[in-house]
Amino acid sequence: MLAYFVRRILVMIPTLLVISVLIFAIIQLPEGDYLTSQIAELEAMGETVAKEQIEFLRKQYGLDQPFVVQYFHWLGGMLRGDFGYSFEYKLPVSQVVGDRLFLSFLLSFSTIIFTWLIAFPIGVYSATHQYSWADHGLTFLGFLGLATPNFLLALVLLYFANVTFGTSIGGLMDPVYLNQPMSWGKFLSVLEHLWIPVLVIGTSHTAGMIRRLRANLLDELQKQYVVTGRAKGLPPFRLLMKYPLRMSLNPFIADIGNLLPQVVSGAAIVAIVLSLPTTGPMLLAALRSQDMYLAGSFLMFLSLLTVIGMFLSDLALAALDPRIRLHGGIRR
Amino acid sequence: MSDHATEHYVSTAPFDPYSIERLTPEQERYYLASQWRMMWWRLKRHRLAVVSGLVLLAMYLSIIVSEIVAPYDLHTRHTDFIYAPPQNVYFFHDGSFVGPSVYALKYRLNMETLKREYSENHDALQPLRFFCLGDDYQFWGLWEGSFHLVCPAEGGTLFLLGTDRLGRDILSRIVYGARISLTVGLVGITISFLLGITLGGLAGYYGGWIDNIVQRLIEIIRSFPELPLWMALSAALPVTWSPIGVFIGISVILGLIDWTGLGRAVRSKLLALREEDFAVAAVLMGAKPSRVIARHLLPNFMSHLIASATLSIPSMILGETALSFLGLGLRPPITSWGVLLTEAQNINVVALYPWLMLPVVPVIIVVLAFNFLGDGLRDAADPYKTG
Repeated sequence: MLAYFVRRILVMIPTLLVISVLIFAIIQLPEGDYLTSQIAELEAMGETVAKEQIEFLRKQYGLDQPFVVQYFHWLGGMLRGDFGYSFEYKLPVSQVVGDRLFLSFLLSFSTIIFTWLIAFPIGVYSATHQYSWADHGLTFLGFLGLATPNFLLALVLLYFANVTFGTSIGGLMDPVYLNQPMSWGKFLSVLEHLWIPVLVIGTSHTAGMIRRLRANLLDELQKQYVVTGRAKGLPPFRLLMKYPLRMSLNPFIADIGNLLPQVVSGAAIVAIVLSLPTTGPMLLAALRSQDMYLAGSFLMFLSLLTVIGMFLSDLALAALDPRIRLHGGIRR
Repeated sequence: MSDHATEHYVSTAPFDPYSIERLTPEQERYYLASQWRMMWWRLKRHRLAVVSGLVLLAMYLSIIVSEIVAPYDLHTRHTDFIYAPPQNVYFFHDGSFVGPSVYALKYRLNMETLKREYSENHDALQPLRFFCLGDDYQFWGLWEGSFHLVCPAEGGTLFLLGTDRLGRDILSRIVYGARISLTVGLVGITISFLLGITLGGLAGYYGGWIDNIVQRLIEIIRSFPELPLWMALSAALPVTWSPIGVFIGISVILGLIDWTGLGRAVRSKLLALREEDFAVAAVLMGAKPSRVIARHLLPNFMSHLIASATLSIPSMILGETALSFLGLGLRPPITSWGVLLTEAQNINVVALYPWLMLPVVPVIIVVLAFNFLGDGLRDAADPYKTG
């Protein structure tokens, strides 16, 4: 187990390195850099920009260096905990993002828990009552959640939350708590606002979860040991809990790895619509204004989150199921 | 031994020793059927999949003749009817049957709230016209026309789904938007299909270090959150590109990230199949790898691939919608469902002009239909499996 653990961590390092190269290449893709777009904007407003000043700024930010040098500069900085400098906010990136990363994490985590809480009982019910009306209805509801674009659902729910519960629109807390230190009241306010994004992001993923759990459980329910158990007089509920359900749980855990990138993506767009103080809106703004270090650090953080999530799901799977081969590297 | 006749009974009817081996015409039809024919039979049993397929077929056919289906041209503006709500169709007027008609809209500016208020003028009945000449358009931008399936009465209006902030008919815009929204998925899936088969095929057939590289590549792409990656890539599309260029760019981006699932499926199938006797025989007879893969191995699981491709089109359509909604995808004058939904970007719309959200309905229908069709295809993909 320990050897597997170590090897799995070692595999993560080159993966993250390649990801960082890709991210850096992507944020460098747009023509020009932050300064050129900034200069264009200033000139559009009728201001003249001194050539020397531009050259000075460009040199200071290292924008005149070749791609490779800039990349290693960025990478080296990240390893030392320095995520670069945000041009837009004129602050170090780590100061700009701090709180947002935490809220992003909180949002993704709550969404996954929500998805499980909903998908699990529904999946079990659908499998044990196959082809009943409830099964068809729940499956259809799940599909509907899958097919509705997240952002629109978010808007509509936001409107109804405002009309029926009087929840303030947008954001993750009531305006009074903005920029306040953490307190009980603030925490409650966050909880009150959190359910909309969690519900919205969750709906699109529960459908897939339900279908997978249902299919797995159906496969297990047809096996001989279930028949044997039933013949020996085990109560149906106990029989279900004791054997087939456990067997069909594996894919559920293995799915964290797939679920996490999806939840993070879903969170990004919903956050933009709901103007949540998470990474999504800031990433969009940073991408638009070519604030490359800010955008790059966000993308890097989101990828790190998913890589770690996959790692955890692999570990949990290996711990729970002794049949998973620990040798031969990572799971295929 | 004497020559007396045998005692036991012998039937004199002609005897055919192969009678039980011979197939009834029905059985023969079944056994001789090609794989694709059997898939079709099985798919036909899946009602929902067939209905979904027909819906999709109708929608894809409609994009060929969008100009005729839509009551108005894409760009026609009705400055007198800005933010008009959907008009109801009535069949009866004063208790007598009048055929499908609408009532004229009466416009009034509420001086207290400055809200545009529309009401129906029940004295002015406007019967709809069918197969008629109405709004002028350029059919596929090539030649002029003015023939429509349905038009408003002369001098009347027909806003079945209301109008937007420039007074353009939303139903017409949805019909035109289908052209872009439905093709984005197809172009994207073609790219993803080609990439998936090529890279997955290389990995599965050659194994070794090629396999390793492709595997790592797939893992890395999968560990990116999709949407932020799409956002970053489409932010990189130059603003100077023509709308068509952006459209192709977006489809390519959607396809570039989507191929990993197909790639994996192809690889694992090939790994198993390349050891089979028929594949080895083909190699021994001197077939080139490209021929072995394309002629002998791929047909074995092509149906599975098509099913899973069908299942991944919806995510592309939703992806385009999301990107356009954020303003990173397609931009006007190109009209897609996502572009239409950008109008519904804030909470006021939900409260005041809820009909601006209607372009989401076709999105939901198409995504559901592709899912059901894909489910049916997946079940039908292996027709030799009993049950």
